[in-house]
Amino acid sequence: MTALFADRHARIWAGVLVFSALCVALSGGLPWLKSYPDSLVLPVTPILNDIMTWFVGLFGWAFRDISFVLAMPIEGVRQLLQWLPWPFTMGVCVIVAHAAAGWRLAAFTGAAMLYMAAMGYWVESMNTLALVAISVPLSVLVGFGFGVWAFVSRRAERIIMPALDLMQTVPTFAYLLPILLLFGFGAVVGLIASLLFAFPPMVRNTVLGLQRVSPEVVESGTMSGATGAQLFWQIRVPSAKRQIMLGVNQTTMAALSMVIVASIIGGTGDIGWAVLSTMRKAVFGESLLAGIVIAFIAMAMDRITWAFATGESNPHAAERPFMRRHAHLLLAAALFLAVLVLAQVEPALATWPRDWTINPAKPINDAITWVVVNLKTQIELIKRGAFFYLMLPLRVGLEQSVRPMTWGFTFTGAHAIGYAVLALAGAAWMLLRGKGPRPALAVLGIALLFFVGMANFPWPALVAVFVTLAWSTGGTRLAIGTLAGLAFLLLTGIWTYAVLSIYLCGIAVLISFTLGTTLGIWAAHDKRVSAFLRPINDTLQTMPLFVILIPIIMIFKLGDFTAVLAIVAYATVPAIRYAESALRSLPETVIEAGTAMGCTRWQLLWQVKLPIALPEMMLGLNQTIMYGISMLVITALVGTTELGQRVYVGLSDGDFGVGIVAGIGMAIIAMSADRMTQSWSASRRKQLGLV
Amino acid sequence: MAVTAEGTPPDGGKIKISCRNVWKVYGDNPQAMFGDDAAATDPAGLARRLREAGHIVAACDVSFDVRAGEIFVIMGLSGSGKSTMVRCLSRLVEPTAGEILLDGRDLLTVPDKDLIDIRRHKMGMVFQNFGLLPHLNVLDNVAFPLKLQGVPLAERRARAQRVIDLVELGGREAAFPGELSGGQQQRVGIARSLAVEPELWFLDEPFSALDPLIRRQMQDEFLKLQQMLHKSIVFITHDFLEALRIADRMAIMREGAIVQIGSPAELVLHPADSYVAEFTSEVPRSRVLRAADVLDPAARPGADAPRIDGRARLQEVYPLLARHTDGIAVTGEGGKLLGAVTATSVIRGLAAGDTAAKPAA
Ligand SMILES: Nc1ncnc2c1ncn2[C@@H]1O[C@H](COP(=O)(O)OP(=O)(O)O)[C@@H](O)[C@H]1O
Ligand SMILES: [Mg+2]
Repeated sequence: MTALFADRHARIWAGVLVFSALCVALSGGLPWLKSYPDSLVLPVTPILNDIMTWFVGLFGWAFRDISFVLAMPIEGVRQLLQWLPWPFTMGVCVIVAHAAAGWRLAAFTGAAMLYMAAMGYWVESMNTLALVAISVPLSVLVGFGFGVWAFVSRRAERIIMPALDLMQTVPTFAYLLPILLLFGFGAVVGLIASLLFAFPPMVRNTVLGLQRVSPEVVESGTMSGATGAQLFWQIRVPSAKRQIMLGVNQTTMAALSMVIVASIIGGTGDIGWAVLSTMRKAVFGESLLAGIVIAFIAMAMDRITWAFATGESNPHAAERPFMRRHAHLLLAAALFLAVLVLAQVEPALATWPRDWTINPAKPINDAITWVVVNLKTQIELIKRGAFFYLMLPLRVGLEQSVRPMTWGFTFTGAHAIGYAVLALAGAAWMLLRGKGPRPALAVLGIALLFFVGMANFPWPALVAVFVTLAWSTGGTRLAIGTLAGLAFLLLTGIWTYAVLSIYLCGIAVLISFTLGTTLGIWAAHDKRVSAFLRPINDTLQTMPLFVILIPIIMIFKLGDFTAVLAIVAYATVPAIRYAESALRSLPETVIEAGTAMGCTRWQLLWQVKLPIALPEMMLGLNQTIMYGISMLVITALVGTTELGQRVYVGLSDGDFGVGIVAGIGMAIIAMSADRMTQSWSASRRKQLGLV
Repeated sequence: MAVTAEGTPPDGGKIKISCRNVWKVYGDNPQAMFGDDAAATDPAGLARRLREAGHIVAACDVSFDVRAGEIFVIMGLSGSGKSTMVRCLSRLVEPTAGEILLDGRDLLTVPDKDLIDIRRHKMGMVFQNFGLLPHLNVLDNVAFPLKLQGVPLAERRARAQRVIDLVELGGREAAFPGELSGGQQQRVGIARSLAVEPELWFLDEPFSALDPLIRRQMQDEFLKLQQMLHKSIVFITHDFLEALRIADRMAIMREGAIVQIGSPAELVLHPADSYVAEFTSEVPRSRVLRAADVLDPAARPGADAPRIDGRARLQEVYPLLARHTDGIAVTGEGGKLLGAVTATSVIRGLAAGDTAAKPAA
């Protein structure tokens, strides 16, 4: 008890706990405690819809004109790519891959493109590439421009950087709706959406690269008598080239991913649509085959731009004779002419002949059916196990989830008392271990959460918990910001959905972080594990989000559990990466000191390495949360019932208000979680003197 | 070295560049505290008040002259304001107060366009970590300042080639900075700074990033270069022995202020305070003192006594003196007889140094 009063944070948390318990106890008699009363919801949604209607009525023509203009180059490139004989396009891609990173990548690219053609997805792939071919250069230009602006002007930087943060936390689907309303249907929506989504990383990398140019290099330029423009173009930009090219890589991947997501609105006949429409028809064989096309495109683009960014492009290349220096260009030109001529006589070279396509979708479908039918018991076991014993209790509480059908008994008063005793005993044991009152409070809080369930937790209590969490990690300002965000969720009437989002994402993040950190620790200590995990991580990270969904849906069908698995598949990656890198970058001296003191391997890990690596690992948690939230929106496709679903509903009904409010709601959750983990990590690093 | 026995350069000491009461203060609006005449009347007090107000006083009332053709070394520990001072001289850093006079013209009021011109033609600078452009090869790095001026390709290649040969890097023109050793990279840095044939040469700790052996070799080559080129040089170092080897005159800085200015011998023999003495105490006198510093002007050496230049270090005098115990004749400019060095005069000179009395000179 005395410890409780000595620790200010613990005191406040104890207060929050008592307040929550009180709310729970009272909520039986006071229904407004349980669910936020509808009468207190402000009519934000209709107002937003009115504003949007008014705005579209007033300025819609301007956007439609822009749309008309932008549609022309897209259509042009599309026509061109469709017209070009396939051997030529394929050849050019292979040549580019070879120029970037040599024969292995060239072979991979060639195989990937053969796959596209052979599976009969050539036309769709080219439509996607057309969009990407316009959106990448545009995003790179816009991003570079803003990056330079933010670099030269501190004022601009202070506005641009937070705006980027905001843009990257707003879920991707939420972008689509306003764009759809403004620009009308068509490929332009995909272009604008991917531009908006893809240019921020370019800005960040441009700024970072320019800022990191060594001051001595800049001074040496100044002392050589460079004018402002010379200093910029001949010294800063070339010196920052590597970082800028990394920006191009990230921007390319983001653009591709958004082009794919934008296919959800259809109408462009691209490869994303091929995946989505087959997925909706539950013909997973086809959707898997098309999904693999996307995966191939993503991998090839990633490797090529990555190689251009980092590759040891031979600095002495310029000394070679003309023919060798421009071998790639010459080869491409020769190829073009040859194919054009040959295509006149041999139509199979102009378009991939229909009877050359193979379609293994049927056997795949059969195989999936076989797996689902024959492993039914095992699959059900996993699914029901996770659902009934973990997810449902957390969602609606033990009282409602413990049913004779699943648990074998009904939850009675006696069970409740037993549960309470168990919780108190756990807390008491924690206190006795002498680590202060915090672990005990945590045990009690978690016990209460499982007893009541997220969805039934009284909203004033949840607000108190979140605000206190914000306060104890980031201080008063973050607490106020969080309070304002929560007020938005309550006042716009999306609280219930928001809580379900937090629940779904919370479970997935917890699993991802635990799993990822464990794997990361293992990888940090074992080179083979690291080498094994790296390509898997790379692949998962470059994959456009809803490709990840396909195999999981195939086996586990729709539902929350599928959503959780999909999020875990995607959000585990950053946890692995950060844990591994945190452990690998520990100061050597600390480890030596620990070893010299006679630590065993486990002691070294638990007492020395993990405490020091924890702040950086927490940044991994931050990324895990961000990844989780972005995947959450995509999982709306599998029929979840949270904010992501609202965004999706808004999109498919063309209801701007609903979609945008839900989108902002998700952004609020994402930003609060982001700030909390960031500031915790920052303050902890400062404590450890690791800044 | 182009220095006479008195330590003045041959052309009578025409002043190339000079600082007058230069201040550099980092912080929010330090200018506000320069309103009254405190900077002139009580610099130490002003510096203290500035520091109390949370400013960083990187240079505090610094004045010195650099004469044409001399090597002026600024020596001080890390953080003492050396880099700040050399950057003030080239206006890479704008001084907070004071004057910089280049050939008698106030550099601080020069418009930007002229400043670029001055940097293009009159100044060269060498950096501690080389500051080479990683994307250009040796030849293009060296030619870079010429390219900025719009010198045609063939000419700038030729001029760059000349300086590359001068620093003995011939054959490595096509290499990139990443492919060179530290010493070679600094040769590129030196070549680049010389490509425009500047009159003023700034070197900010040019050899500090190099290994001791290479450093020694680079110092020798640097002195050899200067014998050919006769630049006016400001050389920064934190290494007292390097300063002694290289300097015609040197200044010691501490916490932004200059503690003492003088020739190496003056500093060693008459340290201005215990701070300077701390550096000089360990220095073997024989490596600093010259024959002229310890001669006996009244002594008349015998006719067969060997003659020696007044600039010779005592190190070189000892072996001669061992063989000619009755003294060695010391000559000054134009072979004029200045006096003689005898065992007694040497001992007196050394002893005088230790008790900080005026040496026989
Ligand atoms: N841009 C800057 N902003 C703030 N303080 C600076 C800046 N540049 C240098 N200083 C400070 O000025 C002092 C002198 O620095 P410097 O001239 O680089 O020292 P030196 O070259 O002798 O090591 C140091 O205390 C340094 O921290
Ligand atoms: Mg310095």
